[in-house]
Amino acid sequence: MSKVCSLEEAIRDGVRDGATVVMGCGLESVIPFAAGYEIIRQKKRDLTLVAPISDIQFDQLVGAGCAKKIVAAWVGNVAAGLGHNFRRAVEEGIPRAIEIEEHSNFTIGLGLQAAAMGLPYLPTRTALGSDFSLQPHFQRVTCPFTGETLLAVRAIAPDVAILHVQRADSDGNAHFWGNLGVVREAAHAAKRVILTCEEIVDHEMILADPNRTLVPGFLVSHVVLAPLGSHPSPTQGYARRDDEFYFEYHRRTRSREGFEEWLEKWVFGARDHRGYLELLGRERREKLIPGKELCSPAVSFSV
Amino acid sequence: MDYTLKELMVAAAAREIRDGERVFVGMRLPLLGFAVAKELHAPNAIGLFENGVIRDWPALAPIFTMSDPPNVSRALCCCGLLDVMALLQSGRVELGFIGGAEIDRYGNLNTHWVEEGGRRVRLPGSGGAADIASLAGRCVVIMNHERRRFPEKARFITSPGHGEGKGWREMKKLKGRGPARVITSLGIFSFDPETREMVLDSYHPGVSVEKIRQETGWELKVAADAGETRPPSADELAAVRKYDPQGVWTR
Repeated sequence: MSKVCSLEEAIRDGVRDGATVVMGCGLESVIPFAAGYEIIRQKKRDLTLVAPISDIQFDQLVGAGCAKKIVAAWVGNVAAGLGHNFRRAVEEGIPRAIEIEEHSNFTIGLGLQAAAMGLPYLPTRTALGSDFSLQPHFQRVTCPFTGETLLAVRAIAPDVAILHVQRADSDGNAHFWGNLGVVREAAHAAKRVILTCEEIVDHEMILADPNRTLVPGFLVSHVVLAPLGSHPSPTQGYARRDDEFYFEYHRRTRSREGFEEWLEKWVFGARDHRGYLELLGRERREKLIPGKELCSPAVSFSV
Repeated sequence: MDYTLKELMVAAAAREIRDGERVFVGMRLPLLGFAVAKELHAPNAIGLFENGVIRDWPALAPIFTMSDPPNVSRALCCCGLLDVMALLQSGRVELGFIGGAEIDRYGNLNTHWVEEGGRRVRLPGSGGAADIASLAGRCVVIMNHERRRFPEKARFITSPGHGEGKGWREMKKLKGRGPARVITSLGIFSFDPETREMVLDSYHPGVSVEKIRQETGWELKVAADAGETRPPSADELAAVRKYDPQGVWTR
């Protein structure tokens, strides 16, 4: 049965108040911003947000009051620096106080991978001298084979992963390429997966290139067609990064009022993703389309 | 010859990269340093990025993040975060570049929180910096040199340096050798092999040792043979400007 639905439906069904959501798993690319904006529109509350580096997505969700806890290695604005909403929430409890489970990029990947493998933890040698590794989701363990001290990273098992990919079929079998970040680990760690994608393709297209299938459809609950659904972050082959959007966000969100105006314009000012693309305007959308084609040659799966 | 301070810092970063090394590159100045090293003395260096990109040539278009399409297209390899972190953990990465809001006497870096006017200011956190600081063969730190960024003891250790001195990394069971060099806006520093304390090796042209002491929060040791930092050569400058033609990072 087809899992294709609207973004509104996917977020309404797939993201409950209080859920643990992993999103923004490509690091600075394929961040599912369209889905994040819909979460804000639907006023979801008490979410635990998980990602290594989510660029401004977590800053937006924190500012909109959707998050009660952040599980992350880095929260801010990658090109411009600090995340103003994140700072206001941590320093002043505005719009609400948030809890933080601190990680490094490696440990968050390992936490997701542990859950993906059905394990309670995975060991590592990283962060042994870092003060954040004193938090309770890390424990020092002794290797039973060598006697070495290792850091055990507690499994991170999200309720739902929201991923933006290049293409998927209607069952949610997804082709994804470019830098992979922790996309695969997140898809396998979560209880269900919501996909937003640039294109919905025939099943045959998936079967023609199985190494490109990073998410098998049986893990996926919802498939949403959302072209430019990662804007302002890039999607390799489909969308460039909209650098100015990040700088403008940084300038406009310095004050709480500025952020509220920003939300009114870019999130509540559009009914849905289509409305958002209209708001963006044709000229700006065209600038995002990649130029020169750099296609990979087909590989042979001949029998 | 005319050059900017940032161009000098990029040239200094490039000189840290040896030919054939695998390098966790980072963004901004170290990314440019990698491009300059590739162009001049380290054509076989390989760049690794936390998002899973591995490159054997620098991205030609200017980028703001490591996941920008010009850094992904025509990469050597696009894999995942755990793949490149696994290379780091298993000792296959010789060098990593990192930065921070604070660095202390023993090269410990803080990117979690600082105090300004008695108030705690929250910073973005580790990202991959703690991993690079823990696991890379050696690290090079690049940062602005101001007294508030150079306290005697970091308020919080995000990315471990030499902790409290010699033997600390071994006690913590850290595999990487930790920071080897610090390139700041005022000078270049290394670490005393006996005490693991930061030592001034060279001061940038126009900067006095006295000025560096004023901007450092502890009694700074100066190497016996400390001299002026070598300015960028014509070749180095040409390479910097090839990869930052608009001067986004270096003007």
